[in-house]
Amino acid sequence: MTVTDIAVVGVAQSASVRRSRLSEAQILVPTIAAAIEQAGIDRREVGFTCSGSCDYLTGGPFAFVSNLEAAGAWPPIAESHVEADGAFALYEAWVRLQEGDIDVALAFGSGKSSPSQPSEVWAQQLDPYFLAPLGLDPPSLAGLQARAVLDAGLATERDFAEVVARSRRNAAGNPHAQLRTPVDVEALLSQPYVRDPLRRHDLPPISDGAAAVVLARGDRARQLCERPAWIKGFDHRVEEHLPGLRDLTRSASTSLAAAKAGYDGGPLDVAEVSATFSPQEGILVRALGLDGDVAVNPSGGPLAANPVMAVGLVRIIEAATRIMDGQAQRALAHVTAGPLLQQNLVCYMEGEQ
Amino acid sequence: MCSTQGVTEPRASESTLEFPYMRTTGPVIGPFLRALAQRKILGVRDRQGRVVVPPVEYDPQTGEALGEEMVEVGPEGTVEAWTWVAEPLEKHPLDRPFAFALVRPDGADTAMVHAVDAGDVAVMTTGMRVAARFSEEPAGRITDLAAWEPVRS
Repeated sequence: MTVTDIAVVGVAQSASVRRSRLSEAQILVPTIAAAIEQAGIDRREVGFTCSGSCDYLTGGPFAFVSNLEAAGAWPPIAESHVEADGAFALYEAWVRLQEGDIDVALAFGSGKSSPSQPSEVWAQQLDPYFLAPLGLDPPSLAGLQARAVLDAGLATERDFAEVVARSRRNAAGNPHAQLRTPVDVEALLSQPYVRDPLRRHDLPPISDGAAAVVLARGDRARQLCERPAWIKGFDHRVEEHLPGLRDLTRSASTSLAAAKAGYDGGPLDVAEVSATFSPQEGILVRALGLDGDVAVNPSGGPLAANPVMAVGLVRIIEAATRIMDGQAQRALAHVTAGPLLQQNLVCYMEGEQ
Repeated sequence: MCSTQGVTEPRASESTLEFPYMRTTGPVIGPFLRALAQRKILGVRDRQGRVVVPPVEYDPQTGEALGEEMVEVGPEGTVEAWTWVAEPLEKHPLDRPFAFALVRPDGADTAMVHAVDAGDVAVMTTGMRVAARFSEEPAGRITDLAAWEPVRS
C-alpha cells in the first residue's frame, strides 16, 4: 500500500556558516521553533519527534541527547534518533505517522563540522579493515569517482566547474547558503588541484547548520497548510560499501529509490539533489532521468552549503517549499549517505491538484 | 542580577575520536590479512564465478555466504581510476605526494582502493601497470600492502 496523505506543512533551516559559536542545540532552538510556527501548531500537538545527527562530529557518545533540549522534551515526548541525516529522521517520522494514531510529527537534523577535521572524521565511517586504515578522506574518494566519470567520457573538468558556477549563481538568492558569490568558470579552471582531477571548488564547503520539518496527516495537513507538499513516495536503497565493487559513474540505487518512490519519470518542476561533489550532479541527473527543463538545485545545493546531517533534510525543505509557495507542482528531493553515493533516498512530492 | 565577576576564558575540552574495539576478522577477511602478511593477495570467488578483491564474506549480488574458494591474485595489477594527493594528510599511508587508486590485481574481477607510490603525477594514467610493494614489518593490516608501484616498462 502506498500512503499518500502525509504532507510537509512547516519547514525551517538555519543559515549555514563556516563556524558557529553556538552549540547544535542552540542552533536548533530557533530552527525548530520556526518550523512549528510555520505549521501553526502548538508544540504539544507533535505526536512523534525524530532527530538526525552524528555523535562523531561532536566527539562524544549520546551527544544527540542534548539536542532534544531544542525540541522541548518536558512533559515527556515520544522521540527517536537516527545516526544519519535529518532526512532519514523524516523518513522514520513518515513511517510513524502511517500508524494512524497521531496526526503531527517533527523531524530535525543538525551538524557542526567546524570543531573537527571532517576529512579524518568521515574516514571513520568506512570499512574498518580495508578502507579506514588508509585514512581515505571524502575528497580522495570523490577524486576516484571524478576520474571514472572523466575516463568514461560522461563529463569534462569544465562541466564540473559549470556545475559549481550555477550552484553559486543560484545560491546568491538563497539567504541560508554559505557560498553565494558568483564565480567565473575560466577562473575556476585556473585553480590548482586538491585531489586531481578535483579542485577546491568541486568540494563542498565545511558548514555548521540545522533544519527542521513538521509533517501532518490527512485533514490536519489541509487545516494547517493552504498548499501542503504531499509526500507521494519516499524510498531508500543501498549499494555495496566498497567502491571497487560498483560502477562509480552510475547510481543504480538512486534510480531504484526513485522508481520505488513512485516517480514516473514525468515532468518535474524542481529537483534538489545531494551532489556533495560537483561530478555527482551529472551522475544523479542521469540516474533520475531528469531532462533539461527541470530546475536542478535552485537553492545552490550542497556545493553552496553543506551542513552535514541537515543538508539532506534541506533538500526536502527546498523542494517542499516550492510546492507550498505555489512555484512547483511536482518536486523531487534526493539525499545521500555513505561513501560515494552508496545509500540514496528519494522523496517525491506533489501539490494539491 | 548579572555579574561579570568570576568570568574566565572560554572553556575548551579536547576529545580524541577512536574506535577502541578489538575486532575478529572472520573466515574471509582473516585469511586475506594473514596472506597479506606473507606477501600474497587473496580474493574470494563469488556465486557468479567472479574473483572479488578485497574479499567479502557475503555475495554482493545475492547475499549468500562466500569464502569456500579463496584465489590468489596479483602481484601486479592495473589502475582503473586514480586521484592525485599533492599534500598527504597525517592519516594517509604515505607521507609524500601519491595517488589513491582503484587497482584491479591480475586475476581479479574487481578493483581495490589503495595508494600508488608514483612519485610524480605525470606518471599516473588510467590503465597503467603497477606492482604490489609489501611492508617489511607486517602487522596483519591492509597496510601490509604498503603501496602499489609503477611497473617500469
